Amino acid sequence: MLEARNLSVEFASRGRRARAVDGVNLAVGAGEIVALVGESGCGKTTLARTLLGLEKPAGGEVFYDGKPLSYKARELKAYRRRVQLVLQDPTGSLNPRQTVYEAVAEGPRIHKLPDEEKVVADALSRAGLRPPERFFLRYPHELSGGQRQRVVIAGALALNPDVLIADEPVASLDASVRGEILALLLRLRDDLGLSALVVTHDLGLAWNIADRVAVMYLGRIVESGPTEQVLQSPQHPYTKALLSVLPESPEKIVLTGEPPDPTRIPSGCRFHPRCQVVFGDCRTVPLQILPAAETQQAACHLLKLDG
Amino acid sequence: MSLLELDDVSVTYRIAGGEVPAVRGVSLALNAGEALGIVGESGSGKSSLAMAILRLLPRDARTGGRILLDGDDVLTMTWGRLRAVRWAEASIVFQGAQHGLNPVRRIGEQIAEPLLVHKLAGPEKARRRVAELLDQVGLPAWRAKSYPHELSGGQRQRVMIAMALACEPRLIIADEPTTALDVMVQAQVLTLIKELVAAEDIALLMISHDLSVLADLCDRLAVMYAGRVVETGPSGGAFAHPYSRALSAAFPTIGDPASRLAPKGLGGDPPDPAELPSGCVFHPRCPVALESCSTVNIDLRPAGDRRTAACVLVGEEV
Ligand SMILES: Nc1ncnc2c1ncn2[C@@H]1O[C@H](COP(=O)(O)OP(=O)(O)OP(=O)(O)O)[C@@H](O)[C@H]1O
Ligand SMILES: Nc1ncnc2c1ncn2[C@@H]1O[C@H](COP(=O)(O)OP(=O)(O)OP(=O)(O)O)[C@@H](O)[C@H]1O
Ligand code: SF4
Ligand code: SF4
Ligand SMILES: [Mg+2]
Ligand SMILES: [Mg+2]
Repeated sequence: MLEARNLSVEFASRGRRARAVDGVNLAVGAGEIVALVGESGCGKTTLARTLLGLEKPAGGEVFYDGKPLSYKARELKAYRRRVQLVLQDPTGSLNPRQTVYEAVAEGPRIHKLPDEEKVVADALSRAGLRPPERFFLRYPHELSGGQRQRVVIAGALALNPDVLIADEPVASLDASVRGEILALLLRLRDDLGLSALVVTHDLGLAWNIADRVAVMYLGRIVESGPTEQVLQSPQHPYTKALLSVLPESPEKIVLTGEPPDPTRIPSGCRFHPRCQVVFGDCRTVPLQILPAAETQQAACHLLKLDG
Repeated sequence: MSLLELDDVSVTYRIAGGEVPAVRGVSLALNAGEALGIVGESGSGKSSLAMAILRLLPRDARTGGRILLDGDDVLTMTWGRLRAVRWAEASIVFQGAQHGLNPVRRIGEQIAEPLLVHKLAGPEKARRRVAELLDQVGLPAWRAKSYPHELSGGQRQRVMIAMALACEPRLIIADEPTTALDVMVQAQVLTLIKELVAAEDIALLMISHDLSVLADLCDRLAVMYAGRVVETGPSGGAFAHPYSRALSAAFPTIGDPASRLAPKGLGGDPPDPAELPSGCVFHPRCPVALESCSTVNIDLRPAGDRRTAACVLVGEEV
C-alpha cells in the first residue's frame, strides 16, 4: 500500500550534510499497523514527513498503491487525501481560536467535499466524540488532552484516508487516556480497514497495537518483523538494548554516550561505537540495507556468522 | 522519626471567582535512604505538593497541615531557618528544569554558585567539588567549561542533578526528572539517581505520571487522584484501588498476552479540581462503583501487606 524504497533524506546542518534518513525500505500493507521505533533524533519524524510528501527525498522513492509518488502540486494534493498525518502534540496542532467544527472542516473544505456538516459529524463520532454536535462549537481550551487528540484524529478521518501516519500520537497524554486513543486506532483499523504507521519511542505502545515493528537507528532500519518476534526475541544488539532498559526487564544494557549524529555516520556498522558486542568486522565492513520484508530480519554482522 | 513527615497537607489556589483545592489532606512519611514515588495524572496535585514541602508555591496558594523535616515544621519556621533548609538539607529538581539553566553562563559556574554563595568553599575548593560532582553524574570534568546549549537534554538533566547534590542534601525531591527525555537517556538518568540514593543514603521523593519509571526506582508508591492520596503501598505489589489498577493496566508489559492488541484506558475525563464530584471523587470514572460511591467518601484504610487504599470495596476484600 505505502512503501519507502531505498529512501534517503538530507539536511544541511552547520555546513555539513546530515543524512537524517539513510537508505530505508519499509512497507505498510492494507489494514496493517506498523510501529516505527527508535531513540530521539534517529530520523523517525523525517521519514514520516517524507512518506507524506512533505519532504523531498535525496534518493529513493515513495510508492503508493504500486505507483511512485509524484511531487506535482495537484497529484500531491490528491495523495494527501489518501494519506493523513496525525501530529505529536494536540495542543500545538490545533488553533486555539478555531472551534472543533472549523478545525475538522478544514480538510474537507480544501478538498471541496460535499455535505460538510455530515462529514464533520461522522469524523467526530468515529473519533469517539459523541454526540458530535455537542462538540461543534467548543474551543480547544474547553477540551481535555484526550479529547483534543481525538479532534486531531477526527480532522484526519474527515478525508476518509486509507493510511494514517501518526507521530507520537499519545506521547503528551496521561496514561489513563492513552489506552483509549490507542484502542480507537485499533478500532479504526478493524472497522474501516485503515492502515497506520505509528511513530513512537514507546515499545509498550508497539506491543499494544502494532502488527509489525521496525526499529530505526541513525537513519536506517536495523531490525524489523512481526511485533511478537521483534519484541520477545530481538536479534539486533540495539533492539536488545532498547528492550532491556524497560523498567520490568531484569538486566539492563544502558548504552552510554549520546544519541548519534547524522552528520557523522560511523563506518562499518553504524551502531558499532555503542554496541556491547562489537567485534573486528563491525568497524569496517558495511552492512546491507534491509529489504522491506515481512519476516523478522536484522542488520548485524553477528547474525551472518550464526548462519 | 521520619526524615520527612507530611501531616494532612493541603494546597489551595485562589483564582478569580473561586478556589482550586489542588492538594487535599495528604499524609505521608519518608525515611533516610528510602525512595518514595508519587504517581498520578496531570493536574492531580503532584507538583503543588512538592513545592509546598519547601514553601516554593506562589503567593496565591495557601498551604495547610504540617510538613515536618527532621521534626521541624517547614510551614511555621522563620525565613532564615527555611533558607538554611533549602540549601543544606533538601534540594529539588524541577519538571523541565533543564530549560532553567542560565544560557550565558558556563555550567561549572552554575554548579559552584550555591557553594560560593553560602561560603561552603573558596574558589579553588569549589572547582574541585564541581569536578567531583560532574564525575558523580557521569560527565567529564572539562564539561564545567561548557555552556548549556552545548549539552544534550540528558546531559543538562545530569547537570541539574549535580546542582541538587552540590550541598550534600539529605532529601531530594525530583519532579518528573526524566519526562521528555528519550528512553535510553531516561534509563541513564534513572540509573544515576538510583546509584546516588543507594550510595549517599539520601531520601528521595520522586514524582512522575509514569508508573513504570517509579515502580523500578522506588521502595514505596503513593497514588494521587484529584489532590488526594488514594493508595499507598510497596512498589511491585498488586494495586488495590480501582484507579491505581486502571493506571497500571495502561502500562503494558511486553510479552503479556493480555495486553497484546488490547490497549487499556480509563474512560471519562480527569476531574476539574474547581468542580470536584461528590462522594468518592473517582466515582464518575470508576468501572466498579457502587451506588453509595456518589455520596460517601472513603478515607485511606488498610488493604493488606503494608498497603492502604481509599475505596469502599477494599475493606470487603481483606
Ligand atoms: N529541518 C531540519 N534541518 C536540519 N536537520 C534536521 C531537520 N529536521 C531534522 N533534522 C535532523 O535530522 C535528524 C532526525 O530528526 P527527526 O526529527 O526525524 O528525529 P526523530 O526520530 O523524529 O526524533 P524525536 O524522537 O526526537 O522526535 C536529527 O539529527 C535532526 O537534528
Ligand atoms: N498557580 C496556580 N493557580 C491556580 N491553579 C493552579 C496553579 N498551579 C496549579 N494549579 C492547579 O492545581 C492543580 C494541580 O496542579 P499541579 O501542577 O500540582 O498538578 P501535577 O499533578 O503536578 O500535574 P502535571 O503532571 O501536569 O505536572 C491543577 O488543577 C492546576 O490547574
Ligand atoms: S554489526 Fe557489530 S557493531 Fe553492529 S550491531 Fe552487530 S555486533 Fe554490534
Ligand atoms: S469508592 Fe467506589 S467509586 Fe471510589 S474507587 Fe471505590 S468502588 Fe470506585
Ligand atoms: Mg520525532
Ligand atoms: Mg507537575
